[in-house]
Amino acid sequence: MSDVADRVKKIVVEHLGVEEDKVVENASFIDDLGADSLDTVELVMAFEEEFGIEIPDDAAETIQTFGDAVKFIKEAQ
Amino acid sequence: MFDLTGKTALITGASGGIGGEIARALHAAGATVGLSGTRTEPLEALAAELGDRAHVLPCNLSDPEAVAALPKQAADAMGGVDILVNNAGIARDNLFMRMSDEEWQSVIDVNLTATFKLCKGVLRGMMKARWGRIVNISSVVGATGNPGQGNYAAAKAGMVGMSKSLAYEVASRGITVNAVAPGFIETAMTDKLTDDQKSSILGQIPSGRMGTPAEIAAAVLYLSSAEAAYVTGTTLHVNGGMAML
Repeated sequence: MSDVADRVKKIVVEHLGVEEDKVVENASFIDDLGADSLDTVELVMAFEEEFGIEIPDDAAETIQTFGDAVKFIKEAQ
Repeated sequence: MFDLTGKTALITGASGGIGGEIARALHAAGATVGLSGTRTEPLEALAAELGDRAHVLPCNLSDPEAVAALPKQAADAMGGVDILVNNAGIARDNLFMRMSDEEWQSVIDVNLTATFKLCKGVLRGMMKARWGRIVNISSVVGATGNPGQGNYAAAKAGMVGMSKSLAYEVASRGITVNAVAPGFIETAMTDKLTDDQKSSILGQIPSGRMGTPAEIAAAVLYLSSAEAAYVTGTTLHVNGGMAML
C-alpha cells in the first residue's frame, strides 16, 4: 500500500474512530464509516493540512470513498 | 464566572460605541482581543487604553477582499480566533419607495454578507479546537421592523436566521452561535436623533430609558463564556422591554 493511502487511512481511522480494516478502497465515508456531512468537511480539512494541498469545495464533493480521497490526493500532489 | 483567560476574540466595529464596550468587557474578562473597524484612529486609542492583549486589525467590511483576509490576519496576530463578535453595521435609511438598489445592497453587504464570510473564515479553527463562540449583533428592528429601515431590518433579521442555521450545523463541535438584539442604545448613532424622536422612542420603552453599550457588552460576554455552552441558536433581546420576544 502506498504512503499516501497509509496517511489517508490514519487520518480516517483517527477522525472517525473506525477499525483500520474497515477502511477499504470502496468504503464510503458516510454510508460505511458512519461519517456525517460535517465529518466529511473535517476530513477534507485534515487531508489539506497533511498533504499541503488545496481541495476546492466542488472537488471535495466528489470525494465519497477512501479510494476517491487517495486518488484525488495523488493527482493533486 | 465568565473567565475568558487564554481565549482570543475578534470584534468588528470596535471603533464604535457598542463594539468598543464589547472589546472592553471581553478584555476585562481575560481575553486577547482583535479590534477591527474602518477607522484606525479610534482603534489605536482603544488598544492603548486596554494595554496588553489588544491588537488593531483595520478592515473595511464593504471591501470583499479585506473581509476575506481578516480571519487569517486575526489568527496570525492572536494565535487563533476562539470568539467572533460580528458587531459592525451600517445604516442607510430611506423610505422603501425611495430606496435605491445601492442603499439596499450596501447595507446587506456590510451587515449580512460580511458576517457570513467572517463566520465561515473562523470556523475551521473552531472546528479543530472543538470550541468556539460566535455572537452576531442583530437589532430589535430585525424582529419588529422599522419604517425607513427595510434594508437594515432585512439584514438584521437575516443574521438571526443565519445564526440559527449555523448553530445547528456546528453544535456537535462545541461551537455556539447566538445573536444579541439591542434596542435603543446610547451611541453616536442615536445621538443624531432629535429630541422629539427620542421622546417618542422612550415612550415605547417600559424601562423609560435608552440602554448603555455596557449592557450589550454584558450579554455578549455571557454568550462568549464557557458557562453559556448550552445556549445556542438563540437571540438575546436587550431592549428595556421595548419588544418582549
